[in-house]
Amino acid sequence: MIRFDRVAKRYPPGIDALSALSFEMTAGDMLIVSGHSGAGKSTLIKLVAAIEKPTSGAVLVGGQNVGTLSRSALPFLRRRLGLVLQDQKLLFDRSVFENVMLPLSITGFPPKEAMQRVRAALDKVGLAMREKALPIALSGGEQQRLAIARAVVSRPALLLADEPTAHLDAETAADVARIFHEFHRAGVTVLIATYDGHLFPDARTLRLDHGCSVA
Amino acid sequence: MRERSAWITDAQSHDGCLEFPMNIWLVNHGRALRIALRRLIAAPLTTLLSLLAIGVALALPAGGQMLLNNVQRLMGSTSATPQISVFMAVDAGRGAATELAARLKKHPAVKQQRFLPREDTLQRMKANAGLREIIDVLPDNPFPDAFIVTAIADQPATLDLLVEEFRQWPKVAHVQLDSAWARRLEALLRLSRNVVILLGGLLAIGLIAITFNIIRMQVLTHRAEIEVSQLLGATNGFICRPFLYFGALLGFAGGATAWLLIAAAAWWLRTPLDDLLHLYEFTFSLQSLSLVDSALLLGIATGLGWLGALLSLGQHLRHS
Ligand SMILES: Nc1ncnc2c1ncn2[C@@H]1O[C@H](COP(=O)(O)OP(=O)(O)OP(=O)(O)O)[C@@H](O)[C@H]1O
Ligand SMILES: [Mg+2]
Repeated sequence: MIRFDRVAKRYPPGIDALSALSFEMTAGDMLIVSGHSGAGKSTLIKLVAAIEKPTSGAVLVGGQNVGTLSRSALPFLRRRLGLVLQDQKLLFDRSVFENVMLPLSITGFPPKEAMQRVRAALDKVGLAMREKALPIALSGGEQQRLAIARAVVSRPALLLADEPTAHLDAETAADVARIFHEFHRAGVTVLIATYDGHLFPDARTLRLDHGCSVA
Repeated sequence: MRERSAWITDAQSHDGCLEFPMNIWLVNHGRALRIALRRLIAAPLTTLLSLLAIGVALALPAGGQMLLNNVQRLMGSTSATPQISVFMAVDAGRGAATELAARLKKHPAVKQQRFLPREDTLQRMKANAGLREIIDVLPDNPFPDAFIVTAIADQPATLDLLVEEFRQWPKVAHVQLDSAWARRLEALLRLSRNVVILLGGLLAIGLIAITFNIIRMQVLTHRAEIEVSQLLGATNGFICRPFLYFGALLGFAGGATAWLLIAAAAWWLRTPLDDLLHLYEFTFSLQSLSLVDSALLLGIATGLGWLGALLSLGQHLRHS
């Protein structure tokens, strides 16, 4: 599903976020990426979603080299991903419901069916009662779960999450972790960057240190 | 939180809705149109001012076109085919006139001819009191025999040739084409038409500039939405469509505003113009834009709005 082949990423002034990173994930895997702040976890996630391009090496997603993807092919990669970024990128002028609806509007999903899916996704993360609220009216944990609902509403085969449990109390964090476990059990490939590796005791872990994989 | 239900699956197979591309197309365009309309209504004052700016810009060339069409209609209703006046020499004699009449009759380019004997002319002129005093003083009839000739052709070039030919004929003193004023007016009309086209071109660029700027502001205010949509897999088309519809709608509504301005102006000017023309013994009623011109106005306005939006998006989406 995902393969990194000696991937390096250097940001403009000369910061090496990742160097010679190689790893592989098969479909249905769950992989936790951990490491200190600045280790390159977010960079890894962004490379998979083709938000950043590798400086060298190849990032393969579903057999496709996403580093060389054309602008016009990019949307169709993104549609196959569920993406939860570290800054959740919610739209604060739209209701909870509309935020989750957005991915389905983008793919041109029939409206009626789309609404059912949105409700199901919100129900899944425990936000069914808040669909009319604006994101600003949600707590940090609720916003986090809203971002997850938006990522999974189109039922992607691959779910990427960057610090989905950051700033959450232990109980809420465990709740969120359980949601990801459920998706994993349903066959979704799950890649999570997190400090809270202990929330996913059964998952394989990739530990990063200054952009390098350590055992 | 509920236990896992059946809905989560679908990890491999992709959205069933892709089987109906026509539906997607409709849903997408309907959505874009709705968003564009909502954005227009959301800021009524801005929309109103934009419409006024676009409407006035379009009303100038379109109004010019309307006036020109009316002038042309007026000309068509008054100036019949131009006539050529052929004056004989005063001393030509009736024999020469009969000869000339026969010659004109045979001429293939002549449609009609009317003989004006010099005696009749004298009588007609004497009817005017002021002239009679002068004429009475003169020893002889100062007026020549004359013919009023209507040609088959009405192109200025052909008529000029005909005039030249008549001038060569014996005993002909003077030939006059009485369409000079009409031709001057026609030349003026042609010039005016070019001015209208020039004005139209300039204001079209102005309209594109107006929508360009409006869409630029729209893109700025919707920057977050655009970024998120791109992250979620929106194509460029999906992102641009509401803005394009916005530009097109703005153009269309601006065109409609221009149409209303012109119709109002025509209605307002109709009565005083009627009265004026009545003094010149014309019966004429000012018409607003024709159906074709109206459709053209709306179509061009819509297209220009769309184009302005397209150019703006090309400029401002590249950097996001
Ligand atoms: N857009 C950028 N421009 C320049 N440098 C960047 C950029 N993004 C990240 N970096 C640098 O790359 C390195 C890795 O960043 P990254 O965000 O991947 O770390 P992280 O492991 O996600 O950290 P955290 O746990 O704090 O989120 C850091 O040193 C960071 O300063
Ligand atoms: Mg990070």
